[in-house]
Amino acid sequence: MHRFANPARFLRLASAILPWSSALSALLIAAGLYFALFHSPADYQQGETVRIMYVHVPSAWLAMACYSTMALSSAVALIWKHPLADLVAKAASPIGAAFTFLCLVSGSLWGRPMWGTWWAWDARLTSMLILFFLYLGHMALINAFDDPSRGAKAAAILALAGFVNIPIIKFSVDWWNTLHQPASVSKFGMPSIDPAMLLPLLLMALGFTCFFVTVLLIRVRTEIIASKLRAIRMTQIHAVPVAVPVAE
Amino acid sequence: MTRKQRRLYFVILGMLALGAATALVLTAVGDGMVYFYTPRDLRTRHISPDRRVRIGGLVKQGSVVRDGKTVHFVITDLTADLKTTYTGVLPDLFREGQGVVAEGKVDGNGVFQASEVLAKHDEKYMPKDVAEALKKSGHWQGETPQK
Repeated sequence: MHRFANPARFLRLASAILPWSSALSALLIAAGLYFALFHSPADYQQGETVRIMYVHVPSAWLAMACYSTMALSSAVALIWKHPLADLVAKAASPIGAAFTFLCLVSGSLWGRPMWGTWWAWDARLTSMLILFFLYLGHMALINAFDDPSRGAKAAAILALAGFVNIPIIKFSVDWWNTLHQPASVSKFGMPSIDPAMLLPLLLMALGFTCFFVTVLLIRVRTEIIASKLRAIRMTQIHAVPVAVPVAE
Repeated sequence: MTRKQRRLYFVILGMLALGAATALVLTAVGDGMVYFYTPRDLRTRHISPDRRVRIGGLVKQGSVVRDGKTVHFVITDLTADLKTTYTGVLPDLFREGQGVVAEGKVDGNGVFQASEVLAKHDEKYMPKDVAEALKKSGHWQGETPQK
């Protein structure tokens, strides 16, 4: 774990991964979109509308994966006081918020023609909306203090406490009656989705994952540089009275 | 115990306590979290007749009668049936054998007066020809026409 503690080592690793992950995400999303829009069958019930799934489901998965990343790095930051872990949590929350927003909007657009409503207060939709608010709260809290380390600590506690929402989102469709249908892919036994539709879904999910890794690395890199800059500025400010003695 | 270990145990304990508290709250709320009741719940759970409820189930095969803009149909959970009347635009997926969630009240005659009808679909996705082939070969397990 502590081998990655070193920001310099992280920066080297990030620049090695970035070209690959960005190329891979472009390739996978392009292939996924091609299959999703042109080369996959329409659903027997939903017709062409089913294609919204290829954006909606991967963004929902990534919204939860991103939150898990954030919660894990928050725990590492709280327990081991790992400076890089704080930066990862800070970098992850806007990305997760964007995925959650995409999931909510695409779900709404899908719900209107299929269910007959833009929104329903069922357990799955409501817990997903709570996830969105958790992300917004995390972003607000992390910037609410003059001292960045205090903001990071408060936000880390929020991220950990909010993690209880993740199993609720996942199992909401099994625990309660919901308008949202149960899981199709991540369940015991065979996925109840045709292989011809599973392929674009998995391509898109992999592409979104690579995209998430790419954006996360870029954002962490930026955060490292920003904190270095802050440190330099602080030493300059504190150095001034020493370097220039006040002449009486 | 080092400070790191202490913090580790503190975080683990905190998460366990929070998880247990959430589990207790969710079990206590239980029924309040459901989006709809089934026609059977309506009988067994003494839901007051003035209360607006959502009822979910399948549209019974052969029960849909259209009368201008008003539609009469039966919602079934295969153990209990509920006569339903709705006036308005139905979602595209509304059809016999399909899942629906209707919101409304039971009137004096025991007929559910729905003010909103939503369609519910299952978690199965497949192309039309696969669905037809499955039906033909008798391996169909979807929302089958039930009697």
